[in-house]
Amino acid sequence: MSTLHTILTVLLVAPLIGSIIAGLFGRQIGRKGAHSVTIAAVALSTVLAAWVFALFVIQGHEPYNASLYTWMISDGIKFEIGYLIDSLSATMMLVVTFVSLMVHIYTIGYMDHDADYPPENPYYQRFFSYISLFTFSMLSLVMANNFLQLFFGWEAVGLVSYLLIGFYMKRESAIQANLKAFLVNRVGDFGFVLGIAIVVMYFGTLDYQTFFNGLDAHKDDVIDFGWGPVSMITAATLLLFVGAMGKSAQMPLHVWLPESMEGPTPISALIHAATMVTAGIFMVARLSPAYELSEVALSVVLLVGAITAFMMGLLGIVQNDIKRVVAYSTLSQLGYMTAALGVSAYAAGMFHVITHAFFKALLFLAAGSVIIAMHHDQDIRNMGGLKKYMPITYWTMLIGSLALIGFPGFSGFFSKDSIIMATEASEQFGAGFAHLLLVAGVFVTAFYTFRMFFLVFHAPESEYVRTHDIHESPKVVTVPLILLSIPAVLVGWPMIGPILSGSYFADSIFVLPEHDVLREIYEHHFHGALNMVIHGLFTLPVWLSFAGVALAWYMYIKNPALPARVQQACPVCYRILENGYGFDRFNEIVFVNGSRKLGEFFWKVIDQTIIDGWMVNGTANLVAVAARNWRQLQTGYLYHYAFVMIFGTLILLLWALW
Amino acid sequence: MSFEQLVFYAFAGISSLAALMMITVRNPVKAALWLVLTFISAAGVWLLAESEFLGLVLILVYVGAVMVLFLFVVMMLDINLAEMKEGFAQYAPVGALVALVVFGLIYLVVGPEHFGLDKTGLPVTHGPDYSNTKEIAVPLYTQHAYAFVLAAVLLLVGIVAAIALTLRRRGPRDALYQDIDAQVRVRAEDRLTMVKMAPEVEPDVSSKNEEEEGAK
Amino acid sequence: MIALSDYLLFGAVLFMISLAGIFLNRKNLIIILMCIELLLLAVNTNLVAFSHYLNDVQGEIFVFFILTVAAAEAAIGLAILVLVFRHRKHITVDDLDQLKG
Repeated sequence: MSTLHTILTVLLVAPLIGSIIAGLFGRQIGRKGAHSVTIAAVALSTVLAAWVFALFVIQGHEPYNASLYTWMISDGIKFEIGYLIDSLSATMMLVVTFVSLMVHIYTIGYMDHDADYPPENPYYQRFFSYISLFTFSMLSLVMANNFLQLFFGWEAVGLVSYLLIGFYMKRESAIQANLKAFLVNRVGDFGFVLGIAIVVMYFGTLDYQTFFNGLDAHKDDVIDFGWGPVSMITAATLLLFVGAMGKSAQMPLHVWLPESMEGPTPISALIHAATMVTAGIFMVARLSPAYELSEVALSVVLLVGAITAFMMGLLGIVQNDIKRVVAYSTLSQLGYMTAALGVSAYAAGMFHVITHAFFKALLFLAAGSVIIAMHHDQDIRNMGGLKKYMPITYWTMLIGSLALIGFPGFSGFFSKDSIIMATEASEQFGAGFAHLLLVAGVFVTAFYTFRMFFLVFHAPESEYVRTHDIHESPKVVTVPLILLSIPAVLVGWPMIGPILSGSYFADSIFVLPEHDVLREIYEHHFHGALNMVIHGLFTLPVWLSFAGVALAWYMYIKNPALPARVQQACPVCYRILENGYGFDRFNEIVFVNGSRKLGEFFWKVIDQTIIDGWMVNGTANLVAVAARNWRQLQTGYLYHYAFVMIFGTLILLLWALW
Repeated sequence: MSFEQLVFYAFAGISSLAALMMITVRNPVKAALWLVLTFISAAGVWLLAESEFLGLVLILVYVGAVMVLFLFVVMMLDINLAEMKEGFAQYAPVGALVALVVFGLIYLVVGPEHFGLDKTGLPVTHGPDYSNTKEIAVPLYTQHAYAFVLAAVLLLVGIVAAIALTLRRRGPRDALYQDIDAQVRVRAEDRLTMVKMAPEVEPDVSSKNEEEEGAK
Repeated sequence: MIALSDYLLFGAVLFMISLAGIFLNRKNLIIILMCIELLLLAVNTNLVAFSHYLNDVQGEIFVFFILTVAAAEAAIGLAILVLVFRHRKHITVDDLDQLKG
């Protein structure tokens, strides 16, 4: 085993060990022991991930593809655990471990006391165990060199997110939310598993590299589903994308993400902003050689992403829960990333994943800080004027918000602008429409982000704020905020050049030359990061985001009566937005009630009436009735039996004589 | 009609009539006796068919042993004769009809049409020195020796089974047994106890009589 | 001369009488046992007759074995009858319907 191999294994397993220690021996080691051991493990992983990042991204080491362990070989298909480390996975590893480390530290402050549990309950240790386990799951997902391990990580993050969303297990809403997240993810995973099944069926392998090598030979294969031939690659990639839609919360499988805000804020930051939801984006980027071969799949990805980006952004406007605003912004930003994938700008999508991970984690943690200060009241209408009480939170949240709306110079600007430029340059089917939606989305993003920002920090102090003692959060909360705000500002500057030129993900993302919009942008429009910032000041998206901020300022600071009037002017629009376009109602009516009815039908009619009534009991009853009647034949009298015998002999003789 | 035929029909007729009587008489003892007659005359028919050994065995074994056993059992059981034949008349027509129909069918199968003299020819007749017993004995003890032994075992099993079925332990009150062992072992001391008692003086008889007479 | 059919029909007559005896008799189990003996006799008569006409002694050997089995059967049948009587104090066929369904 080489040094690199050992390092990767330690990197992967350290959070798992931390999780096991904190989870199984939580009572013995106590709170301090639990957070020490898990933070130490994740810190170790972060340091090692930084080293791996330096080795693969900065020094440009050759991609490392090796198997750690062969679980089994069945019918020639190997089930392995292994690593495929290149610039893509190295970047993701660093992002995951870094954000996770920040969240771990932050959690010390956030979970310090909990009204739901008595002090002797080891909920604190359990929480640390879960988030470490989550880190392990996500690492195994991104480090995988085969579909099996990808699927393991995929399901493991799903499981841990289930546990974490329902962490407040005594609240019914939390239980509903984690069930919903789990079930919606199952829908996605169903497609995902089918996609993997097609890969195994046609390529006979679970290994990425073998799969990529076989693409050329199989690119003209078709599957006949019964309604006509479908390209095998298209079918496989679309099914895999259904999995990505579940994990990355694309419409219409997005419904779980807003609900998942029922979980504690640290995991909202870790799972539902920075890492887990990016799994789908990562997977599509990782499988870019396959997606490149299917124009249909790319167009579907593009349109789903663009529609999600715009529609979910609109929903953010009407939310009053601070975490839900951030959650809808996450949905919207995930739409941007997905749209980027759809125009083959995988690098831009991944770039947005990275910048988004930092600024969205920052936003969530800042929102958490506000929530701590507000004593776990999350309604932004009850806040206001918090600026003077919480300066650190204010400034870090401002940084996060500016990064989110794509303010020139902040990390979000570079990634989002490159996505918008990519859709503009692309000739993919639907790219023009998608471009329109994304540009409009910029305005919406700016509006709802600063609506929240102004309501929380600048609006007149509410009754609650005046009457309660509001103060800045402790250091364990603010330090991660500060640490996260650094990359939220700066990470775009050094990365934008290599991302656009394609050198950053050179060896890990494959783009057909005719699809390579980023290269085109790089060659024709890019003249350095600073130039891009200056040029950006004169482009439509930036002006739209300024307009969004201005409108938010006008509506919520300058003229606070206006929102209510707008609401009255178009109550239907408001209701549509408030109900989230009725996805929940639709799901409730069609899927929940439908499956309940279906289940009732199967239970009452198929099972109870037909199977139990007719088949099982029916057989027994038939036998019983038949026996009850036929037993009359058995009189028990000797002479009757003798008579029957004679009669039989008679028949026999007649037959013989015939 | 030859003498042989005369004898055959006589035996056959007696046998059939006796069988009819057997199933119709009320008293089972009489029925058993009618059955005996049936067996004897059937044995006569068998003799006509030159199976002398079996005819005699039939009389000896069936009449001598089995039927005696039947009689023994019949007499042992306390049967209410009054109700013995109730319902017979009710079912007799149906029974007779079915029996006649079946007999008619059998007649069609084994009657003269298929097994008449013109079909089978005359049987081989044997001289006076012919021994049917020896003819049966030779294959029985050679060819069928194994079956013969099995038949013997079967009879033994029959005996054991019959005894085992009917044997019952009787309690001390049901029957009196003589325990000879106990009788031999008994000693005088076990039965004879010497009791010491004060002598009793015989009262004066004459004076007593006088007292009685005085009382009168 | 006596034809084979005469023997066979004699056997048939005995057989039918004993059969009629079995299902006409509703009261006495002993009569039924007797009828069974008579049935066997009728069958044996057939065997004896065929043995005579075919000039083959095997038929008579068969009769010999049937007689043996019949004797054993009669002994056990009577034993059972005695048990039935001891148990129920009667042997009325009409009342022996334990096998009734």
